[in-house]
Amino acid sequence: MRVRVQTGPFDYGAECAGFGQGGRDVGAVVTFLGVVRDDSGKLARMEIEHYPGMTEKAIAAIAKEAADRWALADVLVIHRHGTLAPGDAIMMVATAARHRAAAFAAADFLMDYLKSRAPFWKKEYGPDGAAWVAAKDADETALTRW
Amino acid sequence: MIDVLYFAWVRERIGLPRERLETGAATVADLVEELKAREERYAAAFADVSALRVALDQELSDFSAPLLGVREVAFFPPMTGG
Repeated sequence: MRVRVQTGPFDYGAECAGFGQGGRDVGAVVTFLGVVRDDSGKLARMEIEHYPGMTEKAIAAIAKEAADRWALADVLVIHRHGTLAPGDAIMMVATAARHRAAAFAAADFLMDYLKSRAPFWKKEYGPDGAAWVAAKDADETALTRW
Repeated sequence: MIDVLYFAWVRERIGLPRERLETGAATVADLVEELKAREERYAAAFADVSALRVALDQELSDFSAPLLGVREVAFFPPMTGG
């Protein structure tokens, strides 16, 4: 299990290559890449603030829960903070399990929990100024699935 | 002494990221009342605590939680990761 919180970019291809492989008990690897989207058509950049210390602990706890619940052979979470532009890769998760249902479910679970239980806050900057991204009720509701 | 941290718009509204306080507050809610009474900027930030979340020693908690033994309290809006 690996968790990385960083400002710089990561190499998605290199992270995915070989992830979870090499053993005899893994039949499925699921990887997910999150990208900064521009909904308004005016997004210049995004500033992502986080809570150093708590961020790493919260993500590690979420990743451990996923690993235990779906008996994952491996799990990886990378989440960036700082300044990002539309189209930039912001985060990724990877899960490795015996079967695909567990690998998909664990990745989905990780994404739902990272959205509303990892201490990150997004602020969008555009020509009209800056605004904090508000959490959506749907994000909170999504957790009840699990 | 207790460290109080603020993030996102709570930090902006109060005007600082963290401070160290001497408090007699028994619970998070008591601490919020103490802060609100200090200055208008605190009253503005804590006007609606239903819009806020709190962490005690870097674990999510709630406003009714006791502060006994807690070293670090953080206030922030709902998280927007992912």
